[in-house]
Amino acid sequence: MRLSIDHRTVYRFSEPQSRLVQMLRMTPENSHDQTVARWRIDVDCDVKMRRGRDGFGNAITMLYAEGPIADIEIAVRGEVLTSHSDGVVRGVSEALPPAVFLRATEATPRDPAIAAFAAEITAAADGVVGMLHGLNRAIHARFTADRARPEPGLSAAAAFDRPTATSRDLAQIFAVAARSLDVPARYVTGYSIVEGATRPTPHGWAEAFVEGLGWVGFDPFTGRSPQEESVRVAAALDAAGAAPVAGSRLGEGEEELDVAVTVSAQ
Amino acid sequence: MGKRPAFDEIMGMSGEAPPRPALAALGRWLDQTPDDELRRRQEAAETTFRQLGITFAVYGDSDTRERIIPFDIVPRVFLADEWARLSEGLVQRVEAINAFLDDIYGERRILAEGVLPPDLILGNPQFRPEIAGMRPPHGIWAHICGIDLVRTGPDEFFVLEDNARTPSGVSYMLENREAMVRLCPELFREYRVEPVDSYPDRLLATMKSVAPPGVRGGSAGPVCVVLTPGHYNSAYYEHSFLADSMGIELVEAADLVVDDDYVWMRTIAGRVRVDVIYRRVDDDYLDPLVFRADSMLGVPGLIAAYAAGNVAIINAPGNGIADDKAIYSYMPEIVRFYSGGEAKLPNVETWRCREPQALRYVLDHLDELVVKLVDGSGGYGMLVGPTASRAEIDAFRAALIAEPHRYIAQPTLALSTVPTLADSGLSPRHVDFRPFVLTGSNGVQVVPGGLTRVALKQGSLVVNSSQGGGTKDSFVLMAEPAGQSQTQTMGGMTQRQGGGA
Amino acid sequence: MMLSRTASSLYWLGRYIERADFYARLIEATVRLDVMSSRPAGEVAWSSALAVTDTEADFAAFGGELTQTDVVRFLALDTRHGGSVIRCLDRARTNAKAVRTALSREAWTAINRAWLVFENRRQIGETQATLSLVEAVKNETRGFEGAVHQMLRNQAHWFIRLGQAVERADNTARLLDVKYHILLPAGETVGGVVDRDQWTTILQTVSAVTAYRWLYSDGLVPANVIDLLIASRDLPRSLMASADTTVELLGLLAERTGSHGEADRMARMRATRLGKTRSGEVIASGLHQYLQAFIRENGQLHEAIGRQFRFG
Repeated sequence: MRLSIDHRTVYRFSEPQSRLVQMLRMTPENSHDQTVARWRIDVDCDVKMRRGRDGFGNAITMLYAEGPIADIEIAVRGEVLTSHSDGVVRGVSEALPPAVFLRATEATPRDPAIAAFAAEITAAADGVVGMLHGLNRAIHARFTADRARPEPGLSAAAAFDRPTATSRDLAQIFAVAARSLDVPARYVTGYSIVEGATRPTPHGWAEAFVEGLGWVGFDPFTGRSPQEESVRVAAALDAAGAAPVAGSRLGEGEEELDVAVTVSAQ
Repeated sequence: MGKRPAFDEIMGMSGEAPPRPALAALGRWLDQTPDDELRRRQEAAETTFRQLGITFAVYGDSDTRERIIPFDIVPRVFLADEWARLSEGLVQRVEAINAFLDDIYGERRILAEGVLPPDLILGNPQFRPEIAGMRPPHGIWAHICGIDLVRTGPDEFFVLEDNARTPSGVSYMLENREAMVRLCPELFREYRVEPVDSYPDRLLATMKSVAPPGVRGGSAGPVCVVLTPGHYNSAYYEHSFLADSMGIELVEAADLVVDDDYVWMRTIAGRVRVDVIYRRVDDDYLDPLVFRADSMLGVPGLIAAYAAGNVAIINAPGNGIADDKAIYSYMPEIVRFYSGGEAKLPNVETWRCREPQALRYVLDHLDELVVKLVDGSGGYGMLVGPTASRAEIDAFRAALIAEPHRYIAQPTLALSTVPTLADSGLSPRHVDFRPFVLTGSNGVQVVPGGLTRVALKQGSLVVNSSQGGGTKDSFVLMAEPAGQSQTQTMGGMTQRQGGGA
Repeated sequence: MMLSRTASSLYWLGRYIERADFYARLIEATVRLDVMSSRPAGEVAWSSALAVTDTEADFAAFGGELTQTDVVRFLALDTRHGGSVIRCLDRARTNAKAVRTALSREAWTAINRAWLVFENRRQIGETQATLSLVEAVKNETRGFEGAVHQMLRNQAHWFIRLGQAVERADNTARLLDVKYHILLPAGETVGGVVDRDQWTTILQTVSAVTAYRWLYSDGLVPANVIDLLIASRDLPRSLMASADTTVELLGLLAERTGSHGEADRMARMRATRLGKTRSGEVIASGLHQYLQAFIRENGQLHEAIGRQFRFG
């Protein structure tokens, strides 16, 4: 499938900022099932950009801008060729051993309610893969999908108590649940058409590590593994670790964020 | 608490006169100087410390005034040969710590070869995945290590704890010596003591040696700074003291900016590039883009500059995994793995109850051992066998059988003592020791001295300054020269003047 | 090479110490105007003290009568607004603390002692107590001045003095402006007893009574006082002397940093213009308007200094 992506992020400040430093995780990389045909990041003011890698091995772009800056638009556009996979992630260089992804974070804490849910769902399951698919379907079934922009800072434990959940919340709940079963799991951010063509945020799903198979994608938003409709960009312990933008600004006032993601298949 | 008598570092094994032969003159000095005179000098030193502002804040104390740490006028002394052997052990240990950090954030050979259980590292919060794969300039991680030791005999030292993050206390080492030289000059005429006042120069040389390769040389050389959380921090005195004595800037996060993956400081003449940062800010607060996003003390982009190899951070981020409690008991294996030989400096013997054999031994000897929770702190969840009641021992036995992996056990040691000026006069008090080890691209060096902490309460083993501990100067004696020309040598020793308050 | 933050703290330290000293002198002057004149100036003296320090609004908000006790308490001890001696000293001390290693021990001790004068002081007392409090503040700020004078002639020294010079220019202009705010009581004539008392008090405030007698033999003439306080190069607290000092200090700093900037240009232009000023013209075109313009310009120079040295 040929996926065309347009991801615009606009920050508007109530007072001009004297400096901005941002770390962008907005660059997909080639893997077994995805080939980046064209990709560019454009910014509408004078900035310096430097490429690098974070500790999880994700491609990052550091963006440095000198003020005064009243607003800034980061426009990411590209085309990625994807092929059908069975959900197994292949050809991605791994920076860390899977066991690292058993640890809890502030947004993905150990949680007795999620653990009990996971234990109940998987009690009768056969094999790890079957167990994880069951878990994925159960999480999908439990919540009403919320397509809005996720609430900042909401942890998986808090999200689990609600009737609706965004793709971010679902994926973080999956990660907590899988870890409670001693299966390493991580959060993935990327682009997908499963939530519709235009979105107020990129898509999020999860990956779990299965001995002998490797990392396998699970998207509790659809209840199945991500297919060729998805472009994988970054992975980390939780959504904050894989966030498309981690930023810091020097200046007074408030900021307003506007994100529009359009993914179309050709 | 010991049935065994403690080794007194001046008076010897017996703890009574005559003193150890090499320290006979010190024994005489103690004998002949009236207590009142010793007390007068001690008070003079403490007055100076108060004026200089060498204070610390006691947290959670209703009286939140800043205090000074009590100073004891009687030095503790290491003989030259004792120090030489101790130094070898320290160098070996610090080399292993550096090799371990380089490995664990890189190839992880030590896990691949099964020397350490992987979950001990990979699940440990002190292992920071955020900086995995990044390598500090010259591959050096722990530039400044403070190794906490206890002693039970002339050559019997045990490591209690490694400090590979931001070990503090070096200002006490320097200020205590300055006070001793001023107040007890006769001791320096009697003994040739290794000077410690070169520490700031050695530290600066170490910093410069680890500047990113390609940094302009010449007269300017690499630009080094000390990064402090600010003057509200309890150790601010030490931060400003170190910056001043090295003659480099003391910066706060707001003074630094990262641009184009380089670090700059904001000066009145514009931006100046910074090559080496001695940070006294914890990892969590270093860079809000990578660690805690709410950090006001951090420098956004610092880790990107570090990852790009454009700045050296001293000590490197991620070092907490090397001095973690859970790792401590594996240090002998770690030293063996990287040095190829046995550790010259032993740990306090530790039984890891997660290992069945060790658990059996511990259960059989509960009345002799100290049992600790691996993830506990401050004396909570601790059993001191020799003084525990039957019921306490039984309760711990049950807890150990239920969750053995959470416990370690250690023998009770007879810690060494040094005569100390108490209300009633000179009396032995237990001490520990923190020497400082510097590692640069030019090698590893042990500063001949360190921080001696003393438990001022009789019989107490607690040396923490927050709980009634004090400090002493730590003399390292020079090796005797072949031809003795003793008397005048002290005249050549100069101490740094003016504490720079 | 000096950190911008350090330079900023030193500069502000200089400003706040100078301002505390000025407030103390202003209180002293107003007490004299009120009590020691042949006819007490009363409310009008105290309201002029508030006008000069731009604190009328704060005074109205925090209550109090236009009496010596209330206004002095407000200007000296009130921590609720920025225009009090105690707040100036507190800010001076906070800035000093942040750059303590750049100061000599004597300079730090002087600031600390000035602050301690106020530490437990909550009541203002009668006139004698007020004057002795003022005297204590002046003593400590003088001690600080002396300690700064003993400091190494380096950038730290220059930034403290730059702050002092900029603040001093502002303060002297405000003091002169008192005469605009303070009206003569009914029946008094310009050049009469009260008018002359008022001018004398202004001279006393800037320690210039003796200097005046040295320079002018023809008794107290308002035009001469204005001349002295605006255009004299020899009186340290005159606008001219402050402007000269500012130019000199910026020059020394420029030599060290290797670049001149906007602040240098503004300071030089101001000094040149002041050098040509004659009191006759000033009076003719309106003293108050002249002083207000000067205070505004001084504020712009302050901003330019901040930009030039990147105080941020």
